[in-house]
Amino acid sequence: MATDPWQRAEIPGPVKASVITKSDVVVALLKKAKRPILVVGHEAAKMDIGGEKLIDYIIRLAKAKNIPVVATAHTIKEFVDRGYTPAAWMPAVDIGQRLLDPEWKGLDGQGQYDLALFVGMPYYMEWVILASLKHYALNTKTISLDRYFQPHATWSFPNLSVDEYRKRLKEVLEKLGGE
Amino acid sequence: MAKRALYFKAKELKTSTADAKDVEVAIGRIYEEDWEEPLGPTPFPSIKDLRDWDFKLLSRYRPYYLPYCDVCCLCTFGKCNLSQGRRGACGLDLRAQLSRMVLIACCIGAATHVGHARHLVEHLIEKYGRRCPINVGEDTVEVEAPVTRLVCGVRPKTLGDLEDILDYLETEIVHLLSCAHTGQEGHYLDFESKVLHAGMIDQVGMEIADMAQISAYGFPRAVPDAPLVELGPGTIDRSKPVILVIGHNVPPAVEIVNYLNEHGLYGEVEVCGICCTAHDITRYSPKAKIVGPISWQLRFVRSGLPDVIVVDEQCIRTNLVEEAQKIKAPFIAASEKNCQGLPDRTDDPADEIVEDLVSGKVPGVLILDPDKVGEVAVKTALKVAPLRKKFRSLPSLEEVVEGAKKCRGCMECMRACPNNLQITPAMKEAANGNTEALAALYDDCIGCARCESACPVGIPVHSYIIASAEKKMLSEKYKVRAGRGPIQDIEIRNVGGPIVLGEIPGVVALVGCANYPHGGLEVAEIAREFAKRRYIVVASGCAAMSIGAYRNEEGLTPYEEFPGEFDAGGIINVGSCVSNPHIAGAAIKIASIFAKRSLRGNYEEIADYILNRVGAVGVAWGAMSQKAASIASGFWRLGVPVIVGPHGSKYRRMLLGRKDREEDWYVYDARTGEKVYVGPCPEHLFFAAETKEECMVMIAKLCMRPNDTSKGRAIKLTHYIDLHKRFYGVMPDDIHLFVRTKADIPLTMKDEILKILEEKGWQEKPIPDPTLLPRLIRKKGGSE
Repeated sequence: MATDPWQRAEIPGPVKASVITKSDVVVALLKKAKRPILVVGHEAAKMDIGGEKLIDYIIRLAKAKNIPVVATAHTIKEFVDRGYTPAAWMPAVDIGQRLLDPEWKGLDGQGQYDLALFVGMPYYMEWVILASLKHYALNTKTISLDRYFQPHATWSFPNLSVDEYRKRLKEVLEKLGGE
Repeated sequence: MAKRALYFKAKELKTSTADAKDVEVAIGRIYEEDWEEPLGPTPFPSIKDLRDWDFKLLSRYRPYYLPYCDVCCLCTFGKCNLSQGRRGACGLDLRAQLSRMVLIACCIGAATHVGHARHLVEHLIEKYGRRCPINVGEDTVEVEAPVTRLVCGVRPKTLGDLEDILDYLETEIVHLLSCAHTGQEGHYLDFESKVLHAGMIDQVGMEIADMAQISAYGFPRAVPDAPLVELGPGTIDRSKPVILVIGHNVPPAVEIVNYLNEHGLYGEVEVCGICCTAHDITRYSPKAKIVGPISWQLRFVRSGLPDVIVVDEQCIRTNLVEEAQKIKAPFIAASEKNCQGLPDRTDDPADEIVEDLVSGKVPGVLILDPDKVGEVAVKTALKVAPLRKKFRSLPSLEEVVEGAKKCRGCMECMRACPNNLQITPAMKEAANGNTEALAALYDDCIGCARCESACPVGIPVHSYIIASAEKKMLSEKYKVRAGRGPIQDIEIRNVGGPIVLGEIPGVVALVGCANYPHGGLEVAEIAREFAKRRYIVVASGCAAMSIGAYRNEEGLTPYEEFPGEFDAGGIINVGSCVSNPHIAGAAIKIASIFAKRSLRGNYEEIADYILNRVGAVGVAWGAMSQKAASIASGFWRLGVPVIVGPHGSKYRRMLLGRKDREEDWYVYDARTGEKVYVGPCPEHLFFAAETKEECMVMIAKLCMRPNDTSKGRAIKLTHYIDLHKRFYGVMPDDIHLFVRTKADIPLTMKDEILKILEEKGWQEKPIPDPTLLPRLIRKKGGSE
């Protein structure tokens, strides 16, 4: 399990992500979180993970734990086409900025989130958004659910093969009681 | 216009010896006396003179920092760990450090353009004299230097006048850069204000450079139907010697063309270019050809087509001497900013240099005399081309297949690729005899060749991609309209009203480099989409080339499909990087020519006008360089939002508005002094879009301005909603923020939108005469 950044030169600073070695880690973090939020980029609809797209899995995960989803860029269309309505859609930099603001009222007016999960953005763009959260949103934990190690998340999968990735995602879903 | 030591204005001055009214004193700088336009409050502004305006912008468009590095390593206190609230040994926190890095980047960008302008002006004065008149539009352009007038409060009339303005610009850059020293500026907002100042200085520097070259070289002078020139590697006649020029500062390329013309050789030699020198040489000689944007540099050199490579300055691949040697092409460096470790042969006889280059005694030379570059390049090309005729630099497809078998599948190439292109699977297929997957990477490849440096077994990955797509590369033949230079005053008169009232839905400026996430096609698609929607599409630099590299169903390139007038539905190539101020200048001239606002040293008022009334948006989809950063910051200070592609998130910070914070979106009504909510218009000042689709929706949205009439707002909303529905599949969730009165609602969507407004508890709002500046309130006793 490689735990260096997928893009070799995107080396982090002194504070680095912990590696998700077991799917139980994600499950435990999700169960512990009071207000999780799931931010989904457009690549989730492009990435094939063995017969289905990543976004199909993400929908099941969101439903299993009732996590509000923010679709970035034009990803909303992919959700709607699949009969799922996210809690919101907005640009990646907009949601990134709002997650830093302790005064933000959240998507539902109930305030800031304590756990933000990211998946499906361009690697380097997610990299800098997670870096921002790492430094400026100290009360919010972040998880990267992508196939590649994201060093600025609080927790990240290591670099994984597609098969291994699918297996991990499946485990998380099963343990959360999803379909 | 010498250095200003003192300047003051007084309505009434009483001294022990005399009483005087309307006194204006300038010591050290002589202001033009025959110019009726009054001098505004900030001629030749210092690094803090526009700080109040900057802070107004920055309080609405707050910096959103995207740390690209968690440490600082700029002094020997460090490295300092700035993570999670820590401060460095000098006291800076991460926010200030990031803004400091943005300032340094913008200073590099501004210095590059100003240095370019300085060298160009000095050279042209030497050739044409200090009294060579500034002429950028014959009798079609009276406001010849809108940015310079606005910033400096002067009207340059000769090349000599430009030198004095450059003195000011150079001084400002020195001060700005000094602020980044350890123990100087410490607050992030002041760093950001200085970033905006660097951008403004940069705009003046670029304007100086382009005015000088248009005036002296006779480039197209505000000509809407500038000639169509050839674009693409496929346009190069391989039967002739080929001279390739790369860079931005055109004199060496001009002298190549002059030498060919003077010796009756033009038809016998191909002169082609990459990056902005290519734009500028086709503005000088439409027979020259543009190979393509910066991202096509390595692929074209590796193709082996150039017989001689001449580089001047900026955006040149820095190991090009080595690359030239691989294809046995003599190399000439022509700028002291880019000596490439080569021997200085400026004072040697031309024939001696030619002999050394042709014989291969030296791989390249440095020649700092453009005339000599012209002679040496032509003579060398004529002699070396026959020797290179049978030389093939690219591997054959058989060699690609054989070489691909060395691939160990380690994926280091993919991990080095900025766009994570699927190189390893393509290499695997090639090893099995099918090179199609490698060829398919050609369009998306930005030509950085990091894949090759990363390969542990030394596969020349980039060459394999090009070799696999060689047929496609050699079939790329397009047209681009030569850079036309400024926008005519009459064009501004014609469109100023419709733009300010919102009836022309916006001006979209596609500028900048070619670090695209998915190839240049997306830029052409954006340009066509908005031209078809009757926006005014303006382009410059590599983006202007990428727009041209497209053909529609009828085989027409966008420059053939759409007119070159600055009018609704036009696609206008203004020229190279240094032509960008013609875009800013068009917005400024709308305030001046259409709205009769005084420009002269009146920056804040004009920027306020543009922010609130001129629906212009810049898009730098492949922005990569420090110059792109400073160009963007010049637009921000002027109130023009800029969108970058996803790689632009690496510029370390965005300037984002918050539409959910109602208190951020109030302006003064200049008629009454009342504060009025105008909605998030424009919502952002610097924004990184994740996808082309998001970019297009955001362009339409950012064109809305508080001053739009109801008719104009309805048109703009129609485009915003239409694009949103097409790409997002749903209605926008923020329409209620942009509808001020029921008359703003597009007629065809009335019922649907009224229902949404009702659900949101929407209430009608007045449409003000908008300004952020209390001093522009006309009614006495207004709000503040």
